[in-house]
Amino acid sequence: MTDVAASSTAGAGAGASASASASGTQVVPNDFQTNIQYAEMEYPNPPKMAVQQYSLPPLPYAYNALEPAISEAIMALHHDSHHQAYVTNLNKALASYAGAANIADQIALLPCIRFNGGGHINHALFWRNLAPPSSEDAQNPEASAPNLAAAVRATFGSFDALIDRFSAALNGVQGSGWGWLVRTAVPQGGLRIITTKDQDPVVGEEVPLIGVDVWEHAYYLQYMNARPQYIDAVWTVINWTEAEMRYNHGRDSIFDELLAHMEADP
Amino acid sequence: MASTLLRTTPAIRAALRTPAAKPAAALFGTSFVRSKATLPDLPYDYSALEPYISGKIMELHHSKHHQTYVNGLNTALETVEEAKEKGDFTKAAAQAPLINFHGGGHLNHSLFWENLAPASKEGGGEPSGSLADAIKRDFGSFDTFRKQTNTALAGIQGSGWAWLVQDKTSGTIGLVTRANQDPVTGNLQPLLGIDAWEHAYYLQYENRKAEYFEAIWNVINWKTVASRFEK
Ligand SMILES: [Fe+2]
Ligand SMILES: [Fe+2]
Repeated sequence: MTDVAASSTAGAGAGASASASASGTQVVPNDFQTNIQYAEMEYPNPPKMAVQQYSLPPLPYAYNALEPAISEAIMALHHDSHHQAYVTNLNKALASYAGAANIADQIALLPCIRFNGGGHINHALFWRNLAPPSSEDAQNPEASAPNLAAAVRATFGSFDALIDRFSAALNGVQGSGWGWLVRTAVPQGGLRIITTKDQDPVVGEEVPLIGVDVWEHAYYLQYMNARPQYIDAVWTVINWTEAEMRYNHGRDSIFDELLAHMEADP
Repeated sequence: MASTLLRTTPAIRAALRTPAAKPAAALFGTSFVRSKATLPDLPYDYSALEPYISGKIMELHHSKHHQTYVNGLNTALETVEEAKEKGDFTKAAAQAPLINFHGGGHLNHSLFWENLAPASKEGGGEPSGSLADAIKRDFGSFDTFRKQTNTALAGIQGSGWAWLVQDKTSGTIGLVTRANQDPVTGNLQPLLGIDAWEHAYYLQYENRKAEYFEAIWNVINWKTVASRFEK
């Protein structure tokens, strides 16, 4: 805090010198130079640098493509309004972060970045791990996800057992949150079902393979309070091909691929 | 949940279902004397808060959501009782999050229904008397209080509630938010609760939650809030 205060004093000093110079008063050029160097030391990433901004990725299918499991009205609101709000608020928070005067102001922005950044990542993963119920991707997990299928059998015994356990975890989420099938960090990592609260994303070593949104906005217009019915229906629209791709690739390449859909053009 | 019920005998189950469980409970000894949480009646019709909160929302919110919290609380408490009798304290302790969630949900909604009223009756307007004085003292003005409440509601990340509370020691009032169904406990007395879960507004307002937070002021029952404050 002391350093920051010193820096802003130095900045004011530089401004004073410049205006003094304009009015013809003799100044020592080195004072100005010193102040600039000092300021650069304080702010290695000056705000004039472009801040990474994010954009809403289009759905990889039509709004009504997941019917009857998830209605068109839900998909339109969920994508165009909810996901868009996370993107908008993330971009605002990142811009504020880049322009923040000090570390205290930056820390104050972290919950907002976590919430909205998590919301952006989670929904971007979610749209892509869903597919129309009539598609091969959704209908045939064994054929669409051969390596994942072997891991599912090794860990859970069968797809049915996985779905039972995953459904129980989703139904048990208290309040808003997500359920995930993840591949653990160990080489040839095993499978695990985890839940995250609100918009907390899976950002550790674990690789998110399938995410299911159990915020009420994900099902309320169609299923109202009957979350178990929504969860039963969601299993008919899982994109097992996408889950297999995530299972086969490293965490970094999955996020590289995802980020290509999430980032705004510079 | 169902398996828990199946393990009890039909006679006990019947006893648990009736509010006047005492005679039957006496047959089984004092360890079976328990009172069950029940869904309170709404103090107004489902459609009474329209146009600010739709009848459909009120019906689902009360008869489904609140009922689920009541059921969940009773199941968790029964599980604790059974675990206690078997000396399985690990299982008893494991019920704590469920008691907090469903018990909180039951308490919060019971308070919520009572601190709402139709706009044509007690609902809306501004408080008077000592509550109005306290709001002026601790927030500056009613308008500031209202704005700060809406900001607190909008800032909830996920599901939760905002509460006007009174500190039991100092008597001062202030705003707090609670995640999910965490109840207001300890040194804070809840005066006014506003449900910010999506189920409280989604059928009518969809993602436009700020509109719901504006509308609800038309159906706040200040008489109830004042009586909680003056207690
Ligand atoms: Fe969502
Ligand atoms: Fe509620």
